[in-house]
Amino acid sequence: MSMIRFSKDHEWIRVEDGKGVIGITDYAQAQLGDVVFVELPEMGATLMKGDEAAVVESVKAASELYAPVSGEVSALNQALVDDPALANSQPMDDGWFFEITLNDLTELDELLDDEAYEAYLAELG
Amino acid sequence: MTDCGTTTAPKLLETPLNALHREMGGQMVAFAGYEMPVQFPMGIKGEHLHCRQKAGLFDVSHMGQAMLDPINPEDDIARLFEELVPGAIATLKPGQMRYSLLLDDTGGILDDLMITRRADRENGLFIVVNAGPRLGDFAHIRSRLAGRARLSLCDDRALLALQGPDASDVLAAIIPACRDLLFMEALWTSLDGLDLIISRSGYTGEDGFEISLPAAHAESFARRLLADERVAPIGLGARDSLRLEAGLCLYGQDLSPEITPVEADLLWAIPKARRDRADFPGAGRILGQIAEGPARKRVGISPDDRTIARDGTAIYSPDGTQKLGIITSGGFGPTVNAPVAMGLIDAKAATPGTDIALMVRGKLRKAHVKALPFVTQNYVRKSSKPKQG
Repeated sequence: MSMIRFSKDHEWIRVEDGKGVIGITDYAQAQLGDVVFVELPEMGATLMKGDEAAVVESVKAASELYAPVSGEVSALNQALVDDPALANSQPMDDGWFFEITLNDLTELDELLDDEAYEAYLAELG
Repeated sequence: MTDCGTTTAPKLLETPLNALHREMGGQMVAFAGYEMPVQFPMGIKGEHLHCRQKAGLFDVSHMGQAMLDPINPEDDIARLFEELVPGAIATLKPGQMRYSLLLDDTGGILDDLMITRRADRENGLFIVVNAGPRLGDFAHIRSRLAGRARLSLCDDRALLALQGPDASDVLAAIIPACRDLLFMEALWTSLDGLDLIISRSGYTGEDGFEISLPAAHAESFARRLLADERVAPIGLGARDSLRLEAGLCLYGQDLSPEITPVEADLLWAIPKARRDRADFPGAGRILGQIAEGPARKRVGISPDDRTIARDGTAIYSPDGTQKLGIITSGGFGPTVNAPVAMGLIDAKAATPGTDIALMVRGKLRKAHVKALPFVTQNYVRKSSKPKQG
């Protein structure tokens, strides 16, 4: 059973068996515009919740992806590095950034579920 | 994600196309005191490629348009204006246009501008300056030519740019005479009672036109151009990536009062006759730099990987021991499908091919000096063969 959670910084994390796959939301990619470069964290790096984990460069500007939870980086999406436009075309699927092995599953409770994220987006207008 | 939403500050000026931009889904941002579209739903990359492949319509009405006339009709206004710029203005024929630079007394660049000798009267200039510095430019011109020239702002006129390989076919369907213009030539004409100034010029590296027209009719004229399926509206985002790929300078980044034309590698804008006369502002310093070579120079820069180095990025020697300069413009070039940049660099590292390093997010990244432009400029000059099709 996987579950998906969202951060207010517009990252998503899909968690299964203590591992979470992380990416940016459709809202984020639309705000950024065409993504042309992605820099991922080092494999095996230890990230604390809120750490700058990856860089997303769009034609407009550079933005950071912050770790929504703490843990160790356990997989990287090389396909995204090769074709950064995946972050625009399939932000929630093939456009994932990296996988993290979570230290503390209770950190997920501080994130938003589907419904809460939708409500948060509605507030942003 | 960091918040990258754009907010619009109050009290911004609007161009005559503001409502049309909104109707077309333009994402509006503050730029040089104006509310302007940074992109349309096609997106910056799509708009950029569309302009290079077909035709793009730009609203550049925020730029400052003005007419300059001599107070004493015996004076040639073009000769007077040479006191402010290093270009050959006096030799312009009616309807001929020149890119030049407003210089301060130390040879620093106050702005870059387009100067056209009017074709509709004997002794007048039409000038177009950048939006940001326009008020300072106009004050400078008025003060330097006080009592000798009259500057009239064209606040009631809009300025559109139609750029791209299809621009000439699109515009000729409305104004056939535009086909006869060569790059940097302008014509004064009228259409349904509207007076138009059309020049074959632009800032994308493509063939194209700039159209000055009465503000009240700008929207209907723009709609007429946009009705052609080859034409798409283009925002400031793609305007920037197009000019950067074409190796063209942006005032405020690549050009400033701290930079001379020699450092900016714009020597072609100072013809021999002006150098010989040494009668332009800052001539002593500029001619000295020409003779001895400047200490630093504007160059093209290509990062070796796909890292984007934006303006302000520090340039180092490959081993990181020596700071060599700074990136003045940088971004992604959709046509070359790679990051592109320009920067001011130590003259001894300015040769194309020189290996350098860029400090991006705390890491040194390999790059090299690259000859400008990044894309071929497709201007229609005298020697050009007639276009196919």
